[in-house]
Amino acid sequence: MPFDLVSLLPDGFVRHLPVLLVIVPLLLAPVCAAIPSWRATWAIALGGIVFSLICALGLLQQVMETGRISYALGGWAPPLGIEFAVDMLNAPILLLVSAIGVLATIFALPTIVKDVNKEKRALFFAAYLMCFAGLLGVAVTADAFNLFVFLEVSSISTYVLVAIGGSRDRRAFVAGFNYLIMGSIGATFYVIGIGFLYAATGTLNMADIAARIPEVADSKTIHAGFAFIVVGLGLKAAMFPLHQWLPNAYAYAPNFVTVFLSATATKVAFYALIRLLFSVFSPELSFQEIIFTWVLAPLAAIAAIACSFQAIFQTDIKRMLAYSSVAQVGYMLLGLSLASADGVSASLFHLINHAMMKGALFMAVSGVVLSLGSSQLRDFAGIARKAPWTATALGIAALSLVGVPLTAGFLSKVALFKAALVQDWWWVVVVLGISSVLAVLYVGRLLETVFFKTPGPAQLQVKEAPLMVLIPLWVLALACIYYGLDASFITTLTDGAASVAFSGGQP
Amino acid sequence: MGEGLMSLLAHTNPGFIVILAGMLAYVVRPSLPRAIITIGGPLLGLAALVLHGAISEPLATLRMLDLTLVLYQVERASIVFGLAFLIAATVNSIYALHQKDPLQDSMALIYAGAAIAATFAGDLMTVFIFWELTAISSVFLILKSGTPEAYKASMRYLGIQIFSGVLLLMGSAFIMGEFGTLEFDAFLSDGEGLSLSDDPGAIFLLVALGIKAAFPLMHNWLQDSYPKATPTGAVVLSAFTTKLAVYALLRFFPGEDALIWIGAIMTVFPVFFAVIENDLRKVLAYSLNNQVGFMVCAIGIGTPLALNGAAAHAFCHIIYKGLLFMSMGAVMYRTGTTKATELGGLYRTMPFTAIFCIIGAASISAFPLFSGFVAKSLTMSAVGHEHMTVIWMMLLFASAGVLEHSGIKIPFFAFFAHDSGKRPKEAPFNMLLAMGIAAFFCVWLGFPFLGGTEFLYGLLPYQEEASAYLDQSLWTTDHVLTQMQLLVFAALAFIVLNRVKLYPPEKRGVVLDFDWVYRRPLYYGLVWVGDVWAKVGPAMTGAAQRLSRKVYDRIEATFSPQGELSRGPLSAGMAIWTSIVLAVVMVLALIAGPN
Repeated sequence: MPFDLVSLLPDGFVRHLPVLLVIVPLLLAPVCAAIPSWRATWAIALGGIVFSLICALGLLQQVMETGRISYALGGWAPPLGIEFAVDMLNAPILLLVSAIGVLATIFALPTIVKDVNKEKRALFFAAYLMCFAGLLGVAVTADAFNLFVFLEVSSISTYVLVAIGGSRDRRAFVAGFNYLIMGSIGATFYVIGIGFLYAATGTLNMADIAARIPEVADSKTIHAGFAFIVVGLGLKAAMFPLHQWLPNAYAYAPNFVTVFLSATATKVAFYALIRLLFSVFSPELSFQEIIFTWVLAPLAAIAAIACSFQAIFQTDIKRMLAYSSVAQVGYMLLGLSLASADGVSASLFHLINHAMMKGALFMAVSGVVLSLGSSQLRDFAGIARKAPWTATALGIAALSLVGVPLTAGFLSKVALFKAALVQDWWWVVVVLGISSVLAVLYVGRLLETVFFKTPGPAQLQVKEAPLMVLIPLWVLALACIYYGLDASFITTLTDGAASVAFSGGQP
Repeated sequence: MGEGLMSLLAHTNPGFIVILAGMLAYVVRPSLPRAIITIGGPLLGLAALVLHGAISEPLATLRMLDLTLVLYQVERASIVFGLAFLIAATVNSIYALHQKDPLQDSMALIYAGAAIAATFAGDLMTVFIFWELTAISSVFLILKSGTPEAYKASMRYLGIQIFSGVLLLMGSAFIMGEFGTLEFDAFLSDGEGLSLSDDPGAIFLLVALGIKAAFPLMHNWLQDSYPKATPTGAVVLSAFTTKLAVYALLRFFPGEDALIWIGAIMTVFPVFFAVIENDLRKVLAYSLNNQVGFMVCAIGIGTPLALNGAAAHAFCHIIYKGLLFMSMGAVMYRTGTTKATELGGLYRTMPFTAIFCIIGAASISAFPLFSGFVAKSLTMSAVGHEHMTVIWMMLLFASAGVLEHSGIKIPFFAFFAHDSGKRPKEAPFNMLLAMGIAAFFCVWLGFPFLGGTEFLYGLLPYQEEASAYLDQSLWTTDHVLTQMQLLVFAALAFIVLNRVKLYPPEKRGVVLDFDWVYRRPLYYGLVWVGDVWAKVGPAMTGAAQRLSRKVYDRIEATFSPQGELSRGPLSAGMAIWTSIVLAVVMVLALIAGPN
């Protein structure tokens, strides 16, 4: 770490960082619900999330210095008690979620006014804090059942967040309802899977399960549990073809929710998938190898191509970006299914980059929608003339999405290429190549419309996005460029994460 | 101070200077400062090249991730190409002075700069970065024509160029896997290129370069896009993309046998198209193809003599092809068309343009005393030395073809032929100046006793062979005589064909006064082929279009928002999918489990 944060914090505080990270935003949620002024709740939410960001930074520093941190909740020692654990695999995820959380919260202030009715805004921030705390909880817990609890905490509040968009666009109700049904199926599958594992191993602590699985690896119970967990978490992470909840949820949710979810929710679910597949199960298990090669990899490849095609034909920019997200999840799953340290590292690298660029893209689009009132592609004609700063940031993030050199997206794509070639999976390279060409098409369509088409009268009314949108937007856009030049910080983290994943979660 | 500056220039890739000038040109709007930047940039680049540091050593490097980017490394071959690129960039800037278009000026320079930077790059990743930059910047030169056709062509152009970049990246990934580094020094040991059979990534690289060099069947983007570019844009485009690919071929695949045939076919097939084409800029695009074929063939032969030939040919070609495009650009600028049928008789009012065009035409046809001759002779001799009769015959035929379509057809139909009645003004002064400079190079490089030929041969990668050839072979009587015979007979053929109305744009009465018994079968044979082509050709392209439309419709029906993938009630559909995936995973896990 370039700076020493831990020494600045009091000792007793540092010892409880893993739990404070989650509990503070969680407890602030009911406080928010009780306060009538929505601006005050915004300030509280921002405060809570900044607090979590500090905790996440402190944890990252500790982990990099001393390795895995285990925290026994309520003093009950694991494996019986619930354990929170931070290691190189989840510390970057905690940092990502809380950093995006801060940026998204700043972004929320101007956009929420348009998207959410006044009387619901305080409740909205309460739900947001719940969702945020739930996501951090999923990332930090080392207990398989506790993970389910946090998954539900975050998911249920997410359904609310999506459906609140109904005051602006009534389709958000249906999208939220669909998401609720699907998300519940996913969560149920996951908990069924955990039930099987518990039946076979008699424990819920992840490290403990991992230690006992080899003895019972041949039992049908384990196989069934594995199948349920993969499908359940795959659904949450928007694995093709279980992604269909995502486009509508992203397109009709309030702008702020789209920004936050696109950069965090599927990412955390993807992390959970890595955690379960590599630290609880192990890629050496024969059935896991088969599933990787014959199910995950082909589905990921189909996602990377089919969803890129779908993105090409969308008329709504948000839906286009949503389909592109599913395609990008395909990239990450391809990296994952290589079942190598390089592959997992490249996957996580792409995950972090994708969070940055999709966050920036949705922010920029939302910033224009604020004054334009439409997210249809044809309505974006020539808006670069009226909103050059917003459009430029949009352009940078879009180029990063394609993987143009000197942007972050390029480096992570190269990392994926390399990881695939080490194993002679040349077809992965072909798939990624085709998908990149398709990405050029849909991103090119967007950039051409924004920069080169002649604006109509409606477009001439477009205003530059407010400062509170531009600041987080440009932070992300510049990050896309900075990490395109020197990604050593991220690659150190992801390489560390991959090595943790392959040491079975043990320090 | 002066020393510091010298040392800075010695370690700066000239391409970067040109790119920087391009960026400035977009910001600086007043004409005079912009003119100074657009012309001064390439000139400063020339100065940097003249002052370059040690050869074959990395002069500037940058660490990125675990890659070392060699930003500047000068090789003997790269000096030839880099110098020609810089001259072309300077001349192009002068040629474009009259147009007040910051976007085009800036993109032309960035494009040129990227090509130059790629020429002096020392590793594949740097090449890739500038490879893509040439694609992205050059597309504006087509786009700015402003017509719907130009817009569509530019998008096709961009797509195929980016695709070439993606292939290059894939090839690089293989190279990385094999050698653990992308630096040329590591995997191109002296004079030995990559091998298609031993290096798995080589095929990707070859196809990537092949697209850019417009190999046969990968060439359509060139004829599609260049003639639709702006008058100045076409000049700029003609210089860089294909020659950058030739340079890369020269570095990666010298002596690759496949290139001999690819090159030879490349020289021959455009001849037929160029002869029947009516749009003179399209004729030039075909002849560009044919010329690059000579270079590719020479690279395939791979002897020092042949590689010298490829480099020299590229150097001269960049200049005379630019000159021809400039003269057609001037015609386009003044009359708004380059269709042979709508032109003719322009020499009356555009005499200087006509003269410069003829000089360019003489150079491209390799008339002795002009630059094409001193360059092409190397290649022809190299083929002769290897005793490749068929290849030699093909190149000979192609040489005659060049004279036919570029040497005679272009100046003849534009400036002479029947009088079109058009009386345009002479080209603007800056255009004339630019053409004059290029014409000077064409003469200086080719005319003996002026020192130009010695200068060119002194630049070539293989010094000894070059000077030996200059002393012993170039100006021998039979060599010059052979070339003259070829040219005279080709010229005769043009006259004959023209009279028997086989030259499409000029259709006069048939005169049956000469050897008609011999000619009639040939004539009707050709007419028959022409008829068949006229019927089958459109039908074939029509079928291809229908097929691609069907495929497109199919894709749209599947993937569009109203398409098949998006139909049905969402929850139900997805719940079913979820169970299907669960079933698949579980069955597979159960089958695989016990092993």
